[in-house]
Order: sequence, then structure tokens, then C-alpha cells
Amino acid sequence: MSQSNVVRAEFRQAARNPAAWRALCSRSDLVANSGVVAWHEGAQVALFHLPHTLEGEKLYAIDNRDPKSGANVIGRGIVGQLKGDLVIASPLYKQHFRLEDGSCLEYPEQSLRVWPVRLNGDAVEIGLID
Amino acid sequence: MNSLVTPIKRDTLIVIGNGMVGHHCVEQLIEQGALEQYEVHVFGEERQRAYDRVHLSEYFGGRDAESLALGEPDLYARHGVQLHLGVQVLEIDRERKEVVTSAGRQAYDRLVLATGSYPFVPPIPGAEGNSRLVYRTLDDLDAIRDAAANAKRGVVVGGGLLGLEAANALKSLGLEAHVVEFAPRLMPVQLDGEGGAALKARIEALGVGVHLSRATQEIVAGEEYAYRMNFNDGEFLETDLIVFSAGIRPQDAIGRSAGLEIAARGGVVVDNDCRTNDPDIFAIGECASWNGSIFGLVAPGYSMARSVAAQLAGAVYEPFTGADMSTKLKLLGVDVGSIGDAHAATPGAKSYRFIDEASASYRRLVVSADGKNVLGAVLVGDNSYYDTLLQYAQNGIVLPKDPSGLILPQSEGSPTLGADALPDSATICSCHNVSKGAVCCKVEAGVTDLGELKAQTKAATGCGGCSALLKLVFDNELSARGVAVDKSLCEHFAYTRQELYSIVRVEGVISFEELLAKHGRGHTGCDICKPAVGSILASCWNQPITDPLLVPLQDTNDTFMANMQKNGTYSVVPRIAGGEITPDKLIALGAVAKKYDLYTKITGGQRIDLFGAQLHQLPDIWGELIEAGFETGHAYGKSLRTVKSCVGSTWCRYGVQDSVGMALRLEDRYKGLRSPHKIKFGVSGCTRECAEAQSKDIGVIATENGWNLYVSGNGGMRPRHAELFATDLDDATLIRYIDRFLMFYIRTADKLQRTSVWRESLDGGLDYLKEVIIDDSLGLGAELEAQMQLVIDRYECEWANALKDPEKLKRFRTFVNDERGDPDIHFVKERGQRRPVHASELHLIPVTEEVL
Repeated sequence: MSQSNVVRAEFRQAARNPAAWRALCSRSDLVANSGVVAWHEGAQVALFHLPHTLEGEKLYAIDNRDPKSGANVIGRGIVGQLKGDLVIASPLYKQHFRLEDGSCLEYPEQSLRVWPVRLNGDAVEIGLID
Repeated sequence: MNSLVTPIKRDTLIVIGNGMVGHHCVEQLIEQGALEQYEVHVFGEERQRAYDRVHLSEYFGGRDAESLALGEPDLYARHGVQLHLGVQVLEIDRERKEVVTSAGRQAYDRLVLATGSYPFVPPIPGAEGNSRLVYRTLDDLDAIRDAAANAKRGVVVGGGLLGLEAANALKSLGLEAHVVEFAPRLMPVQLDGEGGAALKARIEALGVGVHLSRATQEIVAGEEYAYRMNFNDGEFLETDLIVFSAGIRPQDAIGRSAGLEIAARGGVVVDNDCRTNDPDIFAIGECASWNGSIFGLVAPGYSMARSVAAQLAGAVYEPFTGADMSTKLKLLGVDVGSIGDAHAATPGAKSYRFIDEASASYRRLVVSADGKNVLGAVLVGDNSYYDTLLQYAQNGIVLPKDPSGLILPQSEGSPTLGADALPDSATICSCHNVSKGAVCCKVEAGVTDLGELKAQTKAATGCGGCSALLKLVFDNELSARGVAVDKSLCEHFAYTRQELYSIVRVEGVISFEELLAKHGRGHTGCDICKPAVGSILASCWNQPITDPLLVPLQDTNDTFMANMQKNGTYSVVPRIAGGEITPDKLIALGAVAKKYDLYTKITGGQRIDLFGAQLHQLPDIWGELIEAGFETGHAYGKSLRTVKSCVGSTWCRYGVQDSVGMALRLEDRYKGLRSPHKIKFGVSGCTRECAEAQSKDIGVIATENGWNLYVSGNGGMRPRHAELFATDLDDATLIRYIDRFLMFYIRTADKLQRTSVWRESLDGGLDYLKEVIIDDSLGLGAELEAQMQLVIDRYECEWANALKDPEKLKRFRTFVNDERGDPDIHFVKERGQRRPVHASELHLIPVTEEVL
């Protein structure tokens, strides 16, 4: 099993069983079909809100730091769908990361942390592993 | 197992000469893998690395030495080929197998002579200095340019191909040009009497004097001009400079002194393997004599180079067995073509002739005695017949019953030869020896892009004469294989940008969702189609790009209306139309930059760029800028950027029109116009062109009578001079043409295609564009103008619009749940301003933050 598969499996695991949920912001802070960024204890969490996907309303939380440039810009990329996967294109060098698990389409060695995320009433919450 | 490999000692190969053929030989040595066996040294007498001599006259048309250079600058170095430029080889010491150069000695195992030729100058008393110039090297051209500086008239001796090229060069230097030819017609080798006469008529119509059957006996001091040329018939012609272009002679001196066999008419004698009588020495190109002939064209030289390189690499090679000297050129803007037996010298040959004295066009078709095959042809005035005739001649294709149709004006259904009719062996590109079969192979292997095909085969990258034929064959092969050429924008739209543009226009589509639902696939789109459609919607309807439906389509720069820099901060460029700014506004701009500690730099477009703003600072910065009277500069958009101007007649003693006034008017008219790529303008107040308008998409240059309009120029990676489109326009006509030009570009260009590349890709070129824009040949004029007017009427400063709407401003927060800025952004001070920290400087941060 390759490195990225291990990483993906871990995140899927975490997505199912977060130890706790933490509210970051409210629903009205989100921008439809695009991203905003929230601060969480030193981490920068990019939140993407897709109100109308085939599976209904979807929310994704992914690390804001672009590993290639080292700049915190992922939240300002364009959301798209490539070969079935929902992706975010980094605005600086245009590489794509899967919103589902943070893996990179072009560079398997790059990968972004993702968090489980949900709407709890009006609150946007991310799941914490420990 | 021992993993060490003893390096095999490589033999030394020397190539003498770094002209087109010598360079091609090196390219072929690299490509065919000969560098594993040889350490290669290349000696070039000239200072410059190999350059394109075929297009030498463009040196006076704006191309510089670097743009004429062949191949990538680091090609030799990358492959370990040692290039010695400016080093003359004085002697070949065949006994010791060494060459003696102006820099020392160098041993060789094998040697390739590619020394080329030199211009022949007949011994005429009094020919010296500016009355004895030649036209062969870049240095020669510099000498001609120097001589032309104070000259009014220039004469070229020699009315052949190169002579007419030289006359064109003199003309482009602004001289009154004359051609003096010894023979009774121009281009005596390639043309017959009628062809020569037609060419003469056309060239004289361009203001070039043609003097035939004249031999110059002496050159003496002139009365009205610097020199007087006295001819054998008692006539004379005065001139300020004389360029000799009366033929070439093989540069065979070092071969001769080394005792190599030399042909009676010059040139190192070679056999079919291009080998001289010394088996370790080859000769290729114009210095070689094969079967008593010298080949003064680039294609046969390339064939020789290819053959020799393959032999040295130990590969299968094709022997050199002569070359077709058919040629197609544009001389002084006149089409001239000559194929095979142009003079009908073959016994029994019959000719068809078409003569049009009204437009000075001439075509001759020479066919075999049985009327079945093309032997040769002469074309003057229109080379569109050339490709078909050449294929008939080269491939022995049987002629139709009435061959005259092949040279008659093609008004009613042209009888051109379809690409289907060509055999696989048909040569498409003779410079790089690419056959139709080779093109088919590439298509078979999956190449579906013309650029890719050119890159892989090099076809149409030599003289470029086969471009049209190559495209024809390529398209034909693609459709023959049922390859629907995939021009889809991306996986969500099976349309080109142009097609999507039409759909949006015709159906009045106003949102991405609507377009995707009706004509696309999936529910989301991607980072290719979203910005492309966003741009099309803006070009058509010009709604604020920050509207909720439009904002997710934009690239980050358009989304936040600023230019993202490498560390995630933004730069801000307010509009400073025409580069004109009041002191008060300049102070206001400085005050904002100072307050937010923004790195400040003047741009190339006469504006001021403020760097280092964080996302959450942008609304405050723009609030202050708008308060001070600024509006957005669209530096972030694929849209009109700036209109650069000089001060014009208002201040300048040379100015003939108010260039600043016109620049302001144009910038105000087209600001906010979204297009396939960025657009830049320049307006100069006189012909001195201080605004550099000829490097812009739209260039306007003042004349005594109005404005000259230039289009499709470009700076950047691949500079291109704008082309003169229309002259002496009044203000209203100028603006009407620009309206139509820009909207036609927006309608027909591919995504992210600048006007320069778009213009080069237009079938029919500049003439077609003039027909559409000036003559309104498509009847689109009023429509294009109306579409432009809609965009202009809907203009609104995007920043002013966003600042009015708290919903839109919500996005301009670094963190939605925290007031802090991005803690990972660090600056250091340099030359009194701050700049992003380099990774290697991160340890400095605590100190510099204290300083800040």
C-alpha cells in the first residue's frame, strides 16, 4: 500500500469517528461554491461550501497551506470536479487537491490535511481526532 | 559485480563553420546519438552563434540578432558540444590531423567542412568602402545600416534572388533603391523572359529602379550623390552606397590549401556520402561541390548535414544524390516561384502560359512531350499555385486532361490537388525532409495538435514555406482517421472558447450554471472552464464580477480584485489613465502606501504598483483610494490594462497630435473590457514613437493628418511588432476600427490567446482582418460596435461596487473567525522598503519584526 493510500485511509477513519466537534464559524460566514478560511488553534482551515451537489449540500475542511509555495492560499482557489473527484485548484501553481481526502492529483508526495466537518444548526464544526 | 565502467575514449570531431548547415549538422549529431562516440568542437568565424540567413532581411524590419538565432542558446552546452565563436580556422594540417586556428591547434579524428560561401564581387575599379558593400552576414548588415545613415539612394548590383532581398533591405532602411543586373532580365536562373518582365513591372511599381543589361565599368566620385557608376553602354547612375549581390562563391580556401580536390568552378569535391578525397574529411552545404554543382539553398545543405551526421553516428543514412532547386519566395512583397525545368529545356517540352499585364501576373506550366507530367513552372505575382504544381512535378502525378486549369485564375472552383492525392513519399517540408508518410505516422501515433506535430517533426520550422500544405495534410489525415479533433475546452464542455462565446451570445446565457446545464457535463466545472466562461460572460454582458453567481468563477486575482504574489499577499494597481496624474493624487497614493507599508514600484505601463497587502486590508486600502478619486486598474484581469502615452503636442516640440488626450479617451472607453487575454495600448504623439505603441496590442501613432493604427503587437516572451493597419484616421474612424477589432478578437480568439498569436492564426492574415474591420466584408461592423457600446455603457468600478455591499466584503477576511492577519507572512527591509522574506532568512524574523 502506498503512502498516500495510508494517509487517505486514516482520514476516512477520522471522518467516521472524530473524538470531538469544535465550532469554527457560522453558516453565514461561508461563500457558496467557494472558500473561506478559519483559524483553529494555530491551524488554518479552508472551508468550502457546495450547496448543490448530486449528493446534496456538501461542506469540506482542508489545510489552507499550499505545500508547493508555502503560502496560506488554498482557501482562495477555485473549486472544480475532475474525473468525478471534487477538487480545489491552488491559486499560485494550479495543482489540484481532492477535497475528500487532501491528496494531490499531480504530485502524490503533496497532500493536505483534511478535517471532518459538519453543519450543526447554524454552526460550522470540524471534528478533532483527539 | 564491478559497477565501475571504464570511460571509452571518444574520437574528436571538428565542424568548421557555424552557419545554418553547420548548425543543422550539430543538431543532427545530437539527435542521432553521435555524441556518444565523438567529442565535438565547432568553430565559427562570426561572433554570433548560428542564425537564420534565409530571413536576414527581417533584421532591418525589427528582428534582432537573438531572434534570428537558431536553436536554444544552451543547446550546445547542454550536450557538451564545444563552440568556439569568433575563431577563424587558418589551416588544416592533414599530416598531423590538426586544425590550426587563430587561437591555437586542435587535433581531430574526423572533420566536417561547413564553411559556406562568400559574396562574389566583380573586380570594378573604384569599388571600395561604401561602394563595395556585401549582403551575407549580420556584420555586413550592420555595415549597410551604418552606410545608409546619411544616404538617400542605394544600388544593388545583381538582380537575382539575393540581390532582390538586398534591395528590399535598402528599401526598409528608407533608401531609394535601385537594382542593376547584367542579364536582360531579373532572376535569370529561375525565371523566363515573361516572368522576369512581370517581376520587373511589379518591383518598379513599388518604387525600386530596375536597370537591365548593364555592366558596371568603373565607380567614380558622383556629383549629386557620393558615387557615380559608369556602365558599358555610356549611361551612368549615381548613388550613396553600392551593395554587391552578384552571386556566391564557395568558401573553399582552407580545403584548397590543405590539398583537397577542388572542382573547376570552385567548391570542395564530394561524393554521394559528402566525403572529400580525404576519407576523414566531409564537406557539406555551399562549400561542397557535388557532381560539378554547388547548391545555394538551405534544403540541400540540410540533406547533406543529415546524411553526414547519420554516417558519423553509425546509423542508416541516405546518400546525397542531388537536390530539387524549386523555390518559392516573397521578394519585396512579390510572390515568385520556380519549379524544376522552368526554362523548358527538356526536349519536346510544351508550355502553357498565363499572362495578366494589368496586374503584372505571370504563370508558366512546362509539361512533358506526352502532356502527362509537370516538368517545371514559373510563377510571378501569386504563389498559391505553387504547392499543387510542385507536388505534381515531384511525384509524377498524371496531369488532368486540360492542364491549363492548373495555372488559370481560380475564380470558379479551384482545381487544387487534394492532400489525398499525394503519395506517402511526397515531400512536405524539404528543409527538414519530412514526407507525407512521416506526418501520417505521427497522426497514427496520436498527435492531434499542429504545434505538437511541428515540434516532433520540425516540419515547417525551416523556411516555413510549407506551413499551409502541412496544415492541409495534417487536417486531412486527422479527418480521414475519423479523429474528431478534440478542441474541447475541458472535460465539462465539448466546445471551444469561440463556440461557447457564440452560444452565450445567441442564447443570451447569463450564468455558468445555465450554460453548464444546457451545454456541459457535470454539476461543478473546473478551474479551466470556470474562468473562461466567467470571461465570456463579462465580455458579453459586463455584469459586476463580484455578483454571487459570478464570483466563484473567477481566478483568485479577479475574485479579490488584486494580484496575488508569491507569499499570498496582494498588489494593488489603481488606474492612472495614460500615465497622467496630478500631484495631489500622487501624494494620496503615497499616503496610502505609507500607511499600509506597501512596497511601491512604478510599472512598465506608467502606473504605480503597491505590494504586500493582506486580504483583509484590501477594502480599507481601496476605500481610501476611491476617496482620493482613484478607480480600479484591472491589473488583475484578462482585460484592458493601460494605455501608455508620451506627452505629445501639448509639450513636445516634435508632437503633431495630443497623444495624452487620445490615450485618456481610449483608456476611458475600453477600461473594464474583459477579453481572452490582457490587452495593452500605446499612443505616441509623433513618429518618434516614445510610447512604444508598436509593441502593444493596439498602437496609435500620430501623423500630420490624424492617426496611424497598428495592431497585434506584443512584448513579453515572444516579442512581435504591431502591424500597420490603417493610416491617417480621424478620431471617430480610429475608435470605430478599434471597437470592431477588439470585439472581433473577443469573438474569435481562443482562451488565453493574445492578439498577436490570434492574428498569426487567422487564415488570410492581416489582409483578411482589414477586409473584416475596414471593408466590413462580413457585415459585422454595426453588430460589433453595438456589442462594444453595451460593455462601455455598463462600466462600473468593481471596487466601488464591492465596497457598497457588505455581503461582498465578507470574503475579504483573512480568517472568518479571528481578527488577526496571517502569522506566516513575514517581511524584511531592503532599500528602505519591505519585501517578502526568503526561506533562508527566516531566522532573521524576530530581529526585523522589532525593527518594523
